[in-house]
Amino acid sequence: MTTSRTPVVAETPGDRPRHDRSAREGVARKRSARKRSARKAAAGTRGAGKGPAGGLRGDSIETTATSRIAVTAVLALTAVYFLFPLWWLFVAATKDAGYTFAGSPLWFSNFDLFGNIGDLFAYKDGIFAVWTANSALYSIVGAGLGTLIAVATGYALAKYEFRGKGVLFGVVLGAVLIPKVLFTLPLFLMFSETGIVNTYLAVLLPSIVSPFGVYLGRVFAASSVPDEVIEAARLDGANEGRIFFGVSLKMMAPALVTIFLFQFVEIWNNFLLPSQVLISENLRPVTVGLVSWNALVQAGQIERHMVIIGAFVAVVPLIVAFLSLQRFWRSGLAAGAIK
Amino acid sequence: MTTSLTSAAPPPVETKRAASTPPQRRRSRTGRYAIWFVGPFVLLFVAMYIAPILFAVYKSLFRIQRDALGLGGTQEIFDPLFNYAYALGDEKFISSIGRVLLFGVVQVPVMLALALGIALLIDSASARAKGFFRLSSFAPYAVPTVVSALMWSFLYSPTNGPMGQLLGWLGIEANFLSQDLALWAVANVVTWGWTGYNMIIIYAALQGVPGDVLEAAKLDGASPWRTAWSIKVPLVRPAILLTTIFSIIGSAQLYNEPFVLKQSTGAIDASYTPIMAAQASLQAANYPYAAAQSVLLAVGVAVLSVLFFRLTSRRSS
Repeated sequence: MTTSRTPVVAETPGDRPRHDRSAREGVARKRSARKRSARKAAAGTRGAGKGPAGGLRGDSIETTATSRIAVTAVLALTAVYFLFPLWWLFVAATKDAGYTFAGSPLWFSNFDLFGNIGDLFAYKDGIFAVWTANSALYSIVGAGLGTLIAVATGYALAKYEFRGKGVLFGVVLGAVLIPKVLFTLPLFLMFSETGIVNTYLAVLLPSIVSPFGVYLGRVFAASSVPDEVIEAARLDGANEGRIFFGVSLKMMAPALVTIFLFQFVEIWNNFLLPSQVLISENLRPVTVGLVSWNALVQAGQIERHMVIIGAFVAVVPLIVAFLSLQRFWRSGLAAGAIK
Repeated sequence: MTTSLTSAAPPPVETKRAASTPPQRRRSRTGRYAIWFVGPFVLLFVAMYIAPILFAVYKSLFRIQRDALGLGGTQEIFDPLFNYAYALGDEKFISSIGRVLLFGVVQVPVMLALALGIALLIDSASARAKGFFRLSSFAPYAVPTVVSALMWSFLYSPTNGPMGQLLGWLGIEANFLSQDLALWAVANVVTWGWTGYNMIIIYAALQGVPGDVLEAAKLDGASPWRTAWSIKVPLVRPAILLTTIFSIIGSAQLYNEPFVLKQSTGAIDASYTPIMAAQASLQAANYPYAAAQSVLLAVGVAVLSVLFFRLTSRRSS
């Protein structure tokens, strides 16, 4: 692993995921090439009567109007499936109290969005604002610290040789595969013995640990920080800490955003952990708060439309973050897929 | 790698310090630094992953003994196999596992077929407005699962939910929250939320299919269907396998969606999924049994993941 054997892996030892992929693709390419040549022989006669195939213009393979319409129609159907619940939530959130289920479910009537949002934040001395602030606190602090820790670990895995490196990476991969939810109940049992239950720390501490972040950090460190740069900085007399904070982290800036976003959303969306380790209402994140309201709806203690407006308000910041930071999502998911 | 790089570094710089820092020494020096980089993670990982599991294993070895009158006084007696034997005979727990298996067998293939189909369509030359369609299917991933379950529970509501109304226009009458359909109502919420995520992973892999392969197929007279099936799908198999593994693991941890829908229907009980069953034991203050259930689940998922990982990496390499 320390010395590169083939030109394919020449970049860095930490670059194994890439190497695996290119090797795998190489195999697949060879396989399909074999298939292709076999098919070519068969297609020779079949394709002959097809007339002019049209010149190949890069990736713009010619299409017919019917195929364009058919493909777009099917995609439009799927878009309706994915978007109509969100559209309904938006429309329902704009309807005045008492009219939530009146009129068409998919069109506006009795518009009072801003009045509703006012009601939401005024309810019980602004408990919803407290929940939102808690979610922000858990997500920003948890993802911030978590990203730093994960990137440092991923960087060490990609760039340093040390004892137990292989074991550590194996454990990280294993932890990516076992969902966090399965650790929640044991965490609660342990926390309830240590008296940490019902504090901010009970949610923050487990949230900071992100094996997937470490995995992404390793992939990104291997691909965006050249060994030559580290080596040059060393020769200039910079110590390892300075190199990491002053040089490598800057080169990994886009990766940091990606890892931060993934962890931010994971923490913002978390439900089981906070619902289990928190008791007081004032510590709840918005997900736990909304579900607790929904339970009260069944008991008739709160209007359902409050839950709907709350759900709408809780979703908006995430959708905005998604739309504006798409690039980072895709690079993270693509890196995950390389595995 | 450090060694091979030193020899590849530009010569003038190389000569400057080469004598004072032989490669051998440098490697051990950076190795010494590595502890500062991995230390915090390792510490937290041990505290938040390893320790709780070990504690749960320890806890699961005890049996709760309530006093004869059942007036609060309980005792924990060391009886290592009691909870595990009880779990294997616990009808509710076993049937929750069966339910989730059935769920996974149906929901995972449906969702992945949908994700693959959408990815292939967006990747096809005939697609227009690719960016919009990519975003629209990915948008549900931005919605917290709890919120999407709340939203769907309102949509499903048999009294005033719009789903009934919309299907009514199509002449279909269905109560999604009935005993027969509840599991598939849950499956729909999961499919809605995660199809786009899987689609993006597969789509990213499709982007990596080399253009010359597609051109060659075109030259050979392969139809777009044929190209998709015989060339694109085999080439993105690693991505499909990855999404399969993640989806199976996702089914095993099914909790948020049924938990929220449970608030709207009696068709979902407190131990509907294995995780819910463990939570129910916790509610019943039977901590050792809850611990045993958690340990069984963690071991089960770990074994499943490793098996699948072995199986797929052997086949694709």
